[in-house]
Amino acid sequence: DIDDVGHKYYLELELEDVLDKDRAVSCTAEVLYPLGSRTSAPDVQLTVQGELRSTEEADKEFYNRIRSLEKELVAENIPDSHGNVPPELEPIHLLAWVASGYVSWQNSTENTKFHLAQVKHVKQVKRSDEDLQFDYVLLLHEMVSQELLPWEVTVLWHPQHGARVSQ
Amino acid sequence: MRLPVLLAALVAVATCTETFVGHQVLRVVPQSHEELQKVQELQDLEHLQLDFWLAPRGLGLPVDIRVPFPSVQAVKAHLEASGVSYSIMIEDVQALLDEEQVEMLRSSRQLPLDTDTFNYEAYHTIDEIYNFMDMLVAENPNLVSKLEIGRSTENRPLYVLKFSTGGTNRPAIWIDTGIHSREWVTQASGVWFAKKIVQDHANNEGVASILKTMDIFLEIVTNPDGFAFTHTTNRLWRKTRSKHSGSICVGVDPNRNWDAGFGEAGASGNPCTETYQGPYPNSEPEVKSIVDFVKSHGNIKAFVSIHSYSQLLLYPYGYTTTPAPDQQELHEVSAKAVAALSSLYGTQYKYGSIITTIYRASGTTVDWTYNQGIKYSFTFELRDTGRYGFLLPAKQILPTAEETWLALKVIMEHARDNAY
Repeated sequence: DIDDVGHKYYLELELEDVLDKDRAVSCTAEVLYPLGSRTSAPDVQLTVQGELRSTEEADKEFYNRIRSLEKELVAENIPDSHGNVPPELEPIHLLAWVASGYVSWQNSTENTKFHLAQVKHVKQVKRSDEDLQFDYVLLLHEMVSQELLPWEVTVLWHPQHGARVSQ
Repeated sequence: MRLPVLLAALVAVATCTETFVGHQVLRVVPQSHEELQKVQELQDLEHLQLDFWLAPRGLGLPVDIRVPFPSVQAVKAHLEASGVSYSIMIEDVQALLDEEQVEMLRSSRQLPLDTDTFNYEAYHTIDEIYNFMDMLVAENPNLVSKLEIGRSTENRPLYVLKFSTGGTNRPAIWIDTGIHSREWVTQASGVWFAKKIVQDHANNEGVASILKTMDIFLEIVTNPDGFAFTHTTNRLWRKTRSKHSGSICVGVDPNRNWDAGFGEAGASGNPCTETYQGPYPNSEPEVKSIVDFVKSHGNIKAFVSIHSYSQLLLYPYGYTTTPAPDQQELHEVSAKAVAALSSLYGTQYKYGSIITTIYRASGTTVDWTYNQGIKYSFTFELRDTGRYGFLLPAKQILPTAEETWLALKVIMEHARDNAY
């Protein structure tokens, strides 16, 4: 407890690579949940101890594939009712997780737990600059209330510049 | 005279209605040259319109003849008069064709013919699951029966499978899946559990020993209205489909509708929320029917309600921080059950009371059953921990069901060995 400020948590985390189960990276984090009814995002300081796997090749392949599409990519219900994700949409799914992480962070309190339930809709928007743009409608599942919250998020992504999220 | 026949033939051709009603397929195995000759004679009698599926080839080799209905008597008479024995391979060719048509349609729609051809590695509709239950009962009438314990809001039957080797009102174990309709891996696991119980019994292993002294009740589609809705309209629907006056919103959370801490913190009074407790306890027929069943049975010793997701094994309470009187024993059983579950594929589970492990929840199933005196009341949250959540890929159904079954067996065996 930090008087008049909020609650601070000290965390030791293990980051597991979903695509490479044998890889785990240790992290430490400090999370400060602010006091008061004004909902603002918790302050997060993260230190990654170790290296994240390089995804340069896969990034480049995905970037080139999307850039070379004649028609803008459009998809919905990822995964579908049976849990399927078509292989070519897997990177779109992963990018959605990044976006949902941002939304979760912005809306987290000490009494929320968010997971991405489903990508309801995604539409690529072609840009004149080098970024890829995807407009998502995400369904976020909140564990305590059990609610499914739709969120519209726009994600910009580039192999060297990473992902940037705007709501 | 020939005109009507010609017309009939034309009509038949035009409407493709050639029929084989009453046609028979006869088999003759000529044992002597005389017999062979008699059969060969038949080939020359064109007016009989015989169709040789296997032509005469030599002594001791079968001759199969399709005989049109009008010629059946004549052919049989001819053979009998000559002392040539025959057997009837097909009594009615049309009947066989009709059966084949049905089977072809079935396999093109991939309808299982029995519980051995049923696809346990896929998600199914409510009709497919109800059909599965009927097949299971039909195949195992001495072990399995189907009880209707009530009707849902939309008047769907609420079915419970009873597995029993006899006795009267034996101590029993209850398992339910699918109370929250979007948790599809649970109904799918329930179907697998049903088949597993039957197999264990047939092979005299696994739960066969439990069935010697206890009955098992399994409700696979505990919330059929919600389940149908997840197929037709909204895959992520959780609640029932009831409409209570005063709100445009539909549905009550069936796991907040029980009479244990009803309406207290841990549920919502807002009908438009996912944890809406309902206007009063047991307002939902899906819940009331189980309450009535449990009370009238009076001898249920273990009660397991299965949900997904989060990979947790939980015991009461959810509505209060006061520890359950049997907390220590329940904790020990949970530890053992989780260890058994993990032993199969390494899946990690946490366990503890509902309120300390997941969140405060009031009006839950197992809090009520525990307060009724059913000591071994547990709730599972199956795979996964959020990567797919409710939309768990179908290929995980089997491993999920298999590992969960090991945990269930620990609970069932404990209930059997610790009578109270």
